[in-house]
Amino acid sequence: MQDKKHSPVWTFMALAILALFIIFVVYPLALILYKSVIDPKSGALTFENFIRFFTRKYYTNTLLNSFKVTTVVTLICAFLGLVMAYIIKQYNIKGSSALNIAIVLSYLSPPFIGAYSWIQLLGRKGLFTKAINSAFHTQFEGIYGFWGIVLVFSLQSFPLVYMYVSGALENLDNSLNEAAESLGANNFQRVSGIILPLVLPTVLASSLLVFMRVFSDFGTPMLIGEGYRTYPVVLYNQFMGEVTNDSNFAAALCVIIMLITLIFFFLQRWIAARHSYSMTALKPMQPRKLRTLPNILCHLFVYLVVLLAMLPQLTVIVTSFLKESTPGIFTNEFSLVNYRTIFSKNPRVIPNTYIFGLCAIFLVIFFGVLIAYLAIRRKSFITETVDTLTMLPYIIPGSVLGICFLYAFAKAPLVLTGTAAIIIIALTVRRMPYTIRSSTAIISQISPSIEEAAISLGSGEVKAFWDVTLPMMMPGVISGAIMSWVTVISELSSSIMLYRASTQTLTVSVYTEVIRDCYGNAAAYSTVLTVTSVLSMLLFFKLTGKRSMSV
Amino acid sequence: MGVSIEIDNVTKAYQNNIVIEGLSATINPGEFFTLLGPSGCGKTTLLRMIIGFNSIEAGEIRVDGKRVNDIPTNKRNMGMVFQNYAVFPHMNVRDNVSYGLKNRHMGKNERNQKADEMLRLVKIDQYANRMPAQLSGGQQQRVALARAIVIEPDVLLMDEPLSNLDAKLRVEMRNVIKRIQREIGITTVYVTHDQEEALAISDRIAVMYNGVIQQIGTPKYIYQRPANEFVSGFIGLSNFIDASYKDGVIDFGSFYREPLKLSEEAGSEVRVAIRPEEFVIHKNGEPGIPATIISSVFLGMTLHYFASLDNGQEVEIVVPSDLSDILPDGQRISLGVVPEKINVFDRKTKNTLIPKGA
Repeated sequence: MQDKKHSPVWTFMALAILALFIIFVVYPLALILYKSVIDPKSGALTFENFIRFFTRKYYTNTLLNSFKVTTVVTLICAFLGLVMAYIIKQYNIKGSSALNIAIVLSYLSPPFIGAYSWIQLLGRKGLFTKAINSAFHTQFEGIYGFWGIVLVFSLQSFPLVYMYVSGALENLDNSLNEAAESLGANNFQRVSGIILPLVLPTVLASSLLVFMRVFSDFGTPMLIGEGYRTYPVVLYNQFMGEVTNDSNFAAALCVIIMLITLIFFFLQRWIAARHSYSMTALKPMQPRKLRTLPNILCHLFVYLVVLLAMLPQLTVIVTSFLKESTPGIFTNEFSLVNYRTIFSKNPRVIPNTYIFGLCAIFLVIFFGVLIAYLAIRRKSFITETVDTLTMLPYIIPGSVLGICFLYAFAKAPLVLTGTAAIIIIALTVRRMPYTIRSSTAIISQISPSIEEAAISLGSGEVKAFWDVTLPMMMPGVISGAIMSWVTVISELSSSIMLYRASTQTLTVSVYTEVIRDCYGNAAAYSTVLTVTSVLSMLLFFKLTGKRSMSV
Repeated sequence: MGVSIEIDNVTKAYQNNIVIEGLSATINPGEFFTLLGPSGCGKTTLLRMIIGFNSIEAGEIRVDGKRVNDIPTNKRNMGMVFQNYAVFPHMNVRDNVSYGLKNRHMGKNERNQKADEMLRLVKIDQYANRMPAQLSGGQQQRVALARAIVIEPDVLLMDEPLSNLDAKLRVEMRNVIKRIQREIGITTVYVTHDQEEALAISDRIAVMYNGVIQQIGTPKYIYQRPANEFVSGFIGLSNFIDASYKDGVIDFGSFYREPLKLSEEAGSEVRVAIRPEEFVIHKNGEPGIPATIISSVFLGMTLHYFASLDNGQEVEIVVPSDLSDILPDGQRISLGVVPEKINVFDRKTKNTLIPKGA
């Protein structure tokens, strides 16, 4: 395709997109990097911020804590996700479609909602805590700190491994199983010698995604960590000025966490590229029958895990309809007071969430499809640069992106602080890499000759794209858009940095209400969010006819 | 040497849907036996019953005289080659081939030695350390074959092993399979829908349709003496022409008759199956079925004519090519038949009326 001149329209569009990315991704990142190594008074190059971080035990400990908690969570998630996916795909589990939706749903809800629900259940005054203490006459103080964080993150993130491994198992042709059996392998030999090695790259790659996600999340450790300080908590506090307000030091903290996620990003890509087997199943695995006892045990295990994963959501929905006697203590009295409060308190929250979400989705799809198309079909130096740049947001933790935006767009020429635009752009930038990747996959499946046929029949290049390629992409793009929508409306970490009262969204409201101990309001906000997600997902399943989804 | 397989009155049903009912066949020791039929005829289902991937609802299958119905697949000692090769993508060629030996707890040196021996037999020993993704389809199929026979199975089963290969490789691989089967003398059951492949490779063929074996016989016998109209049409090409029969004479109409002794139960309404090479073209009004040439195709070794009979039916005729001119389109001809080669079926039962041994 290099030998032929393409319409200049494509080059113009590629340049325009490149400019936008330089303004909204490269410039804020460069600014953070610059701030982290510059002395604000003298303007000289300095590594003082980094030295300060790595020489003080207070800071290095938080890094160590983060690594510890994230490693344990990742191991648990890898195990749970693998076992759950294997059982559900390999055996006849009753209600597996509903289980699938429940698992995905528990992944899509913001992690900190899990944290605060578990405080309701297993915290100091928690429902379960009281029950345990009265039953066993113990002085159980509730689950806070390390194990609290591990509990919440594990139940919330194993679905990621589950979804990826389920996909890999679906692509595993049953004849591989049959070949192993015909060669004398028993069940154990078959699973350990064939299935496990084949899905292991997927387990590793998805586990690293879990690692990156858990490592940079601050809402959960903030709520349930108490004395157990993790890196993102310190980053947030440093920035929000609770301790000191040293923006250059905060910038250095941002740079350090990005370097860590960058390393894990490359590790993840290396494993995914090197150790994956391209498989397509002609005949997928058939569910096998189990004997009675193993069958009961499998059902018990699967349902218990899903129940635990869904428990935060259920708690939130139930408590949203209960009246609080004092903040944090719910009575058994049914009431709609929480909903009345949230609708009257800040009526803009729900419209904000929907409008920001829709705007972001529109931008994400427009640019995502265009960039994917340019990168595959109109390869040039510019489009390849754009393609690489779009992967940057993938490694930027949400809170860091929020901080970057605050620094970059507080002063002229581009003042966006406090506007809806800055939140919409942040959401768009964060979601962009995922949409580009899925669009790339969709375009790769469409033969270029289809577009060439349109051109040979007399339409121009842009018209051919519009008339032929775009409509063919649409079904895939729309199902991707629904997934983006669900993730965008539950985004917290960058919105929390960028919001004002006028641009408050549902997730931000849940968070702020929890911090203020207004659990009733938080539960009501959270329920609105959950209902939206569930409806969107049902729409997704209805439209695509699929039974599983990838995020 | 190989073992026998007796399929005795077996039935396969999915819930209430009976796919195979009361099917019986005996496969001789060391024989290359092919199940041939169109897709959905039950041939793969039967093969998977033999190896144990499918349950047997009634009847039994005996290997070497022993009932195998309740033996799990991994204890049946049968090798299988799959349509999509099913080579383990995470193991190199040698590990793939020695996998079955490992399951039999054979030592590492011994199994590698056996695997390498087998790789030499299928002529891919130079790729022993490659990963499957680096192999072509034909090479992967050789790995699958080596992997299935290295465990010295009692029976070798193949499920359309060549259908994913291109035409030239298909011919090459079927010769490889036949050569190796002859060398090790293993009882082999082979499933295919490709009749040419079946004719080329098999000792005996079972033609299946709708879950029922229509005929079992050598390739030559099945081609020349099909048991019914289905087999006649499925194996090779047949022109079916209705005729009447009386007292040892077949009457094609238009004053064309041929003497042919049919079996006792023959009625007067018969259908004659004539293969394209069983026609004789007459140009000068000799007795025959009147026809008009529509078109001709010259294929070097043979010359194909398409002609229409006076009732509008189209027939295909093949003659060896010679130096004479090709008959022009529109030429009137009369078609004689070679009476000892043609087959005759009852129009109602569609079964053959050719007496046994004819």
